[in-house]
Amino acid sequence: MSEHRINVEVNGRQQHATIEGRLTLGDFLRVNCGYTGVHLGCEHGVCGACTVIVDGKAVRSCLMLAVQADGAKITTVEGLASPDGALHPVQQAMRDEHALQCGFCTPGVVMTLAALTQDGARPSSETLLDAMSGHICRCTGYQGIRRAARKLAGENS
Amino acid sequence: MKPAPFDYVAPRTVEEACQLLSEAGGGATVLAGGQTLMPLLALRMSQPFIIVDINRIAALQGVSKVSGGTRIGPVTRQNDALVDPTLKQALPVLVTALSHVGHHQTRNRGTIGGSIALGEPAAEMPATAVALGAKIEARSVRGVRSIAAEDLYLGPYMTTLEPDELVTGIDYPEWPAGTTPVFREVARRPGDFALIGLVGALGVEDGRITRAGLGWFGMGATPIKARQAEQALLGQSVSGIDVQAIAELAVADTAPFDDHHASADYRQRVGKRVFARALAEALDIRQAA
Repeated sequence: MSEHRINVEVNGRQQHATIEGRLTLGDFLRVNCGYTGVHLGCEHGVCGACTVIVDGKAVRSCLMLAVQADGAKITTVEGLASPDGALHPVQQAMRDEHALQCGFCTPGVVMTLAALTQDGARPSSETLLDAMSGHICRCTGYQGIRRAARKLAGENS
Repeated sequence: MKPAPFDYVAPRTVEEACQLLSEAGGGATVLAGGQTLMPLLALRMSQPFIIVDINRIAALQGVSKVSGGTRIGPVTRQNDALVDPTLKQALPVLVTALSHVGHHQTRNRGTIGGSIALGEPAAEMPATAVALGAKIEARSVRGVRSIAAEDLYLGPYMTTLEPDELVTGIDYPEWPAGTTPVFREVARRPGDFALIGLVGALGVEDGRITRAGLGWFGMGATPIKARQAEQALLGQSVSGIDVQAIAELAVADTAPFDDHHASADYRQRVGKRVFARALAEALDIRQAA
């Protein structure tokens, strides 16, 4: 069993840790760093709730080892809103469109939409809706999430 | 933390990786994109002693034009390949097939070589390699060899790769400009594994089929080359093709099983329709051009 020193930037803060090789990125973010907005649902890549942004890309944090993130920049849902509490445009769209009920899947959905719309990108609603296939929501029936995605694509809902 | 303990190593070169695999004597598992391996580790269906992470080997990444075709580095991410201009031009059917692999989030990590080396029989990448006649370069401390994709697969998740071998490149032969792509997949939901899938390419010159590469996925224990249909298509004039008869031949090469998603009989009946429609669609596009 190997141990590794890693250095990861999470939500703009440097995190240094010594970890086991088998620690997943999701567990690292929740347990070692305290970012409990990373929701671990199925822990084997099916539900999408644990999605975070690693070096600009939405990935499932349960399907990556923490040691693989050494040197990476990570954003979790805690890193989206402004320090003054103003919501990120994706969070605002989700709120406006009632795109959540219990909220368990929400951080994952938000991180995928945030990754695809970062740096002013304006992907088509088709692209955003297609990416939503990577998330399972058991409450909403998806209609609110779809409306939020369309709104982010610039469509009037 | 769910995986059983293991040692983790991330070599920087192919030589180092091969050395590690050799020394492990079969106790090592290669980690590429991890989109299948990580679930297997979490479920403890896989409990390797050593994980050899090849993500930091720069030489295994990227797409390049080579003489006679296109080479894809095994650690090329599926989403990077999806927007690669070289692939779009040289192997458009591969790009179409890629858009059906997993989900956006898994394609950001998942790799072409990982999917090919895993050998899931219902996956798009192994069948595409078989259909297009790709060759898989495998390296070990014992040397390097090239395996035809159709000789790679023995059964579900079983390949002819030895435990000490590392896939170091996937070489797709050139398909001439004007090749018609063939792709159809039946799945319950986007991102699910296919119940029935057909992928391939047809070369047509002066109204005759000059080249045919067609592969099934989800239709047996391995990806399956539709050999009889390919043979029957070669040399035929496009206007005179009996689509139903060729579809019959194509399904004759399949050996699907019953599972809780669909019966073998369903797969073959729907497979015949899928094949007939895909062929007619591909050739109509061709005729209109």
